[in-house]
Amino acid sequence: MTNSWTDIKNTDLVVIMGGNAAEAHPCGFKWVTEAKANRGAKLIVVDPRFTRSAAVADMYAPIRQGTDIAFLLGVIKYCIENDKVQWEYTKAFTNAPYIVKEGFGYQDGLFTGYDETKRDYDRSTWEYELGDDGYVKSDIDHPRSVWNLLKKHVSIYTPELVERICGTPKDKFTKICEMIAETSSPTKTMTSMYALGWTQHSKGSQNIRTMAMLQLILGNIGVRGGGMNALRGHSNIQGLTDLGLMSNLIPGYLTIPTEKEPTLDAYMSTRGFKPMRPNQMSYWQNYKKFMVSFLKSMWGDAATADNSFAYDWLPKLDVPGYDVLRAFELMHQGKMNGYFCQGFNPLLSFPNRKKITAALSKLKFLVIMDPLDTETSRFWENHGDFNDVDTAKIQTEVIQLPSTCFAEDTGSLTNSGRQLHWHWAGGMPPGEAKKDAWIMAQIYTRLKALYQKEGGAVPEPIVNLDWRYKDPGEPSPEELAKEMNGSATEDIADPNDPTKIVLAKGKQVVSFAALRDDGKTACGCWIYSGCFNEAGNNMARRDNKDPDDTGAFPNWAWSWPVNRRIIYNRASADTNGNPWDPSRKLLWWDGAKWTGYDVPDIIPTGKPNEVGPFIMNPEGTARLFARGMMRDGPFPAHYEPFEAPIANVIAPKIRGNPVARVFKGDLEQFGDAKEFPYAATSYRLTEHFHFWTKHVQINASLQPEFFVEIGEDLAKEKGIKSGSWVRVWSKRGSVKAKAVVTKRIRTLTCDGKAVHIVGIPLHWGFMGRAKMGFGPNSLTPYVGDANIETPEYKAFLVDIEPIAGPVA
Amino acid sequence: MFPPLPNPTVQPTPAVFGEQDLIRRSASSVPAPARQLTPMAKLIDVSKCIGCKACQAACLEWNDLRQEVGSNVGVYDNPSDLTPDSLTVMRFTEWVNPETQNLEWLIRKDGCMHCADPGCLKACPAPGAIVQYSNGIVDFVHENCIGCGYCIKGCPFNIPRISKVDNKAYKCTLCSDRVAVGQGPACQKACPTQAIVFGTKDDMKKWADARITDLKSRGYKNAGLYDPPGVDGTHVMYVLQHADQPQIYAGLPANPRISLIVEVWKGVTKYAGLAAMAGMAIFGALHYLVTGPNNVSPDEEEKAKHLAGGPAS
Repeated sequence: MTNSWTDIKNTDLVVIMGGNAAEAHPCGFKWVTEAKANRGAKLIVVDPRFTRSAAVADMYAPIRQGTDIAFLLGVIKYCIENDKVQWEYTKAFTNAPYIVKEGFGYQDGLFTGYDETKRDYDRSTWEYELGDDGYVKSDIDHPRSVWNLLKKHVSIYTPELVERICGTPKDKFTKICEMIAETSSPTKTMTSMYALGWTQHSKGSQNIRTMAMLQLILGNIGVRGGGMNALRGHSNIQGLTDLGLMSNLIPGYLTIPTEKEPTLDAYMSTRGFKPMRPNQMSYWQNYKKFMVSFLKSMWGDAATADNSFAYDWLPKLDVPGYDVLRAFELMHQGKMNGYFCQGFNPLLSFPNRKKITAALSKLKFLVIMDPLDTETSRFWENHGDFNDVDTAKIQTEVIQLPSTCFAEDTGSLTNSGRQLHWHWAGGMPPGEAKKDAWIMAQIYTRLKALYQKEGGAVPEPIVNLDWRYKDPGEPSPEELAKEMNGSATEDIADPNDPTKIVLAKGKQVVSFAALRDDGKTACGCWIYSGCFNEAGNNMARRDNKDPDDTGAFPNWAWSWPVNRRIIYNRASADTNGNPWDPSRKLLWWDGAKWTGYDVPDIIPTGKPNEVGPFIMNPEGTARLFARGMMRDGPFPAHYEPFEAPIANVIAPKIRGNPVARVFKGDLEQFGDAKEFPYAATSYRLTEHFHFWTKHVQINASLQPEFFVEIGEDLAKEKGIKSGSWVRVWSKRGSVKAKAVVTKRIRTLTCDGKAVHIVGIPLHWGFMGRAKMGFGPNSLTPYVGDANIETPEYKAFLVDIEPIAGPVA
Repeated sequence: MFPPLPNPTVQPTPAVFGEQDLIRRSASSVPAPARQLTPMAKLIDVSKCIGCKACQAACLEWNDLRQEVGSNVGVYDNPSDLTPDSLTVMRFTEWVNPETQNLEWLIRKDGCMHCADPGCLKACPAPGAIVQYSNGIVDFVHENCIGCGYCIKGCPFNIPRISKVDNKAYKCTLCSDRVAVGQGPACQKACPTQAIVFGTKDDMKKWADARITDLKSRGYKNAGLYDPPGVDGTHVMYVLQHADQPQIYAGLPANPRISLIVEVWKGVTKYAGLAAMAGMAIFGALHYLVTGPNNVSPDEEEKAKHLAGGPAS
């Protein structure tokens, strides 16, 4: 989230699209009800289903899954054509005025530089034109300005086209445009609350980007009650992301080197982040300080200037990343033989379950670290229809290491709003369960001893790992947190007075501003720096005072970065530094420096008319045009899901996202609308948390049995009664379920064709207390987002038929 | 935000009301209480409810009850009706507003309404099985319950359920144990959107007024409070978007009244009924003398064990 949960109460308009906050985030949703009560805020829900969020919405509109970009580009077009743009903000704080290189274009659904055989673009034309001074040229009236290119790009997305693609009735779409456009006023804000409904598509990143662009031209980023607010699905998945969840990242969104970067100098040569406009901060210019401090935290005294701070010991990627789809593809090919599965249930979480089962069956060993007896840990066990495997043919050795659950351990959880909350163990782990840190430390110390005894290929990264914990067999949560925060590895002197020590060796750094690229500081995760400094454990703070009721609660726990509650908050004030909305002040320029309710997201003395608010970008502004940063286009464009009920009406020849990676063998397993006529989607229900709570008796009783949801038209057509049994199948698998026939799912008309939607919730398996069932991953296609490979769970094709139920 | 009730202290807290505050006791009388407690009420704002069932879970947890894992019968309601374990359930209704043609998903938390004029209590023939406190809480005293089910007949809302395990009637207690120590009901505590709030009945009516004003401003011109006069008002009230049509909310009665039979039973018939029951007792005794005791078959024994939750042999 750019903002925080508590800030949502400040909004005038909540748009829930690509998520279902009331259902999946009921506790956070209280801030939506607060906004309604405080400010008379309105709630819009756009979703293929009439969800529990829609039940309390002021406005609901249906949309066909996988068509959000067309919808949102239509809204952008509406705002531009009706002059509902926050002009001062757009001109000053976005790259709208910058001139794009000649040669850039978009035609027939493709941008310039497409190579069909590689399924990739040559992105060299997706760049700004530079002036003689080396800076980007800026002229909003230029025919190739970002603004003019955007205007042209969105011009085709008329309400008629939106209706044709999305199935959203034109009158509802127009009404929503009107409501959203109102927030272009500097004194009105809109918040976007989204989740997996946007990410789990082959163009998931672009879904989010399109809303971000809309929010920018409305001036709703960096302000109270605004923002792009990703609602994370696990209590600590934000923390995991921050610490390098993605296979190409190391903590703090630094990237793992590639094979083409054999030295630290080569690695740094493409990470200079020279400002592209005068006076801009381009904060990533500090990259090397964060990187070297990370290396120091990994290898301590063994990381020296002479060995480039042990850069050689970092792995170097030979491919863009080893995401889950690639990992299971390699396993399936027999190239990956061992798998550590920690807090994950791939048998139900990853697409095309048949392929996942086949892949796990080829492993030599599988280690499961989990508090629960997961389906993955029993993938080899026959459970009749629900896991129909031939156990005798599976030779994988499965080792289960029971671990603690969150309530049995001390540590921090990072919530969606980037707040690190310290928590204390509430109970003892049952039986033989051990803390994850204990398990990993025990494995590490044994591995190290083996390397020391037997040597082996490249033992250095293991034997030299900095492991100065009080108990090497079990690092404490406090020690680990302090390591994330960072400390001085040597006495650090005042640059103006070398006799004066500003930070003594071993002391915690106050924040990442103190980090250095000379090896004198170590820091495990630069964005977490400040969480546990010499002031103590800031994550454990529990002061719920909120001066002037701004919703910031500045002394409650701790937010990254540097306890900032709303990022890009300098954008809450105009080019003179005065708040856009005096009734909703956040930050302002007092003539000499920035001050206000939040930690300024800008150099405190950065003059308002000089330094731009988007300090992480070399431009200092936010990007409506993404340059070459995204694989599938500098602007978002409508692409159908890989399995769609209609062809792409803009570019009929293009199937799915033209640059999404498709492995050999998976393409053949995509179904088409002739064979599989119904548009399916998957989702979660409020009664359950993923695959955990089906192990809990009460939750199991609240939503006991796997079902699929269909509309009344399809039910009538197929002769399916509510509560009866159905079979649903795709090109990749088949499931049996109870049918819930509902008015909440309606038949949409897309490109003149009736589209029936089949909804498939995901909480059931063959372990636990609930009735045995299936998950949508038995049906979903093996393809992910073009940029980050999140699997396309939200849009695929199935067929459905009534069946006789199992004999009781 | 409705001001949250403070958390309890860790010290034991004496109950603020009890036996001395009873104003009614089934099939018996109570002395007039020395004081009148402030009437309390739970307000359920249907327009803020997201149907998350946290209230159902909290109710099971607080009362240490466990609902058996059932099956899906084609709706989101689970269990599909009130049970002796599930003292509250969410009822989901898909309703197309004829004026706007828009679908509305009406989610009503069902459970005991704690009527000021409680039909269950009036119908109950077992002395002291149902009691009413002067703060409005209607409670079942299970040691006095004979499992006759008359309370169900007496209830205009069809709430109590008879347990097959101990043959006694169960319903929401309004968490009388929590309220007695200054806490709100467990469901209210768990509700994430404050769709359930708890306080004095006066405060709840005021809170409801503000909610109704908000709903009217959003186009719900018939928004209103459900506090039916037919049972002298209730201590569980609803804010409804369409208060002119309560029946669209999964059959919430438009004008609930205690059934005429119960009112008559309250009068003369009750004594006739009691006489008939005495007659049955005499018949039972005669039956025993003539045909001997009823023997329980091993099969029946097994069934009873299963019902009691014990291990099946």
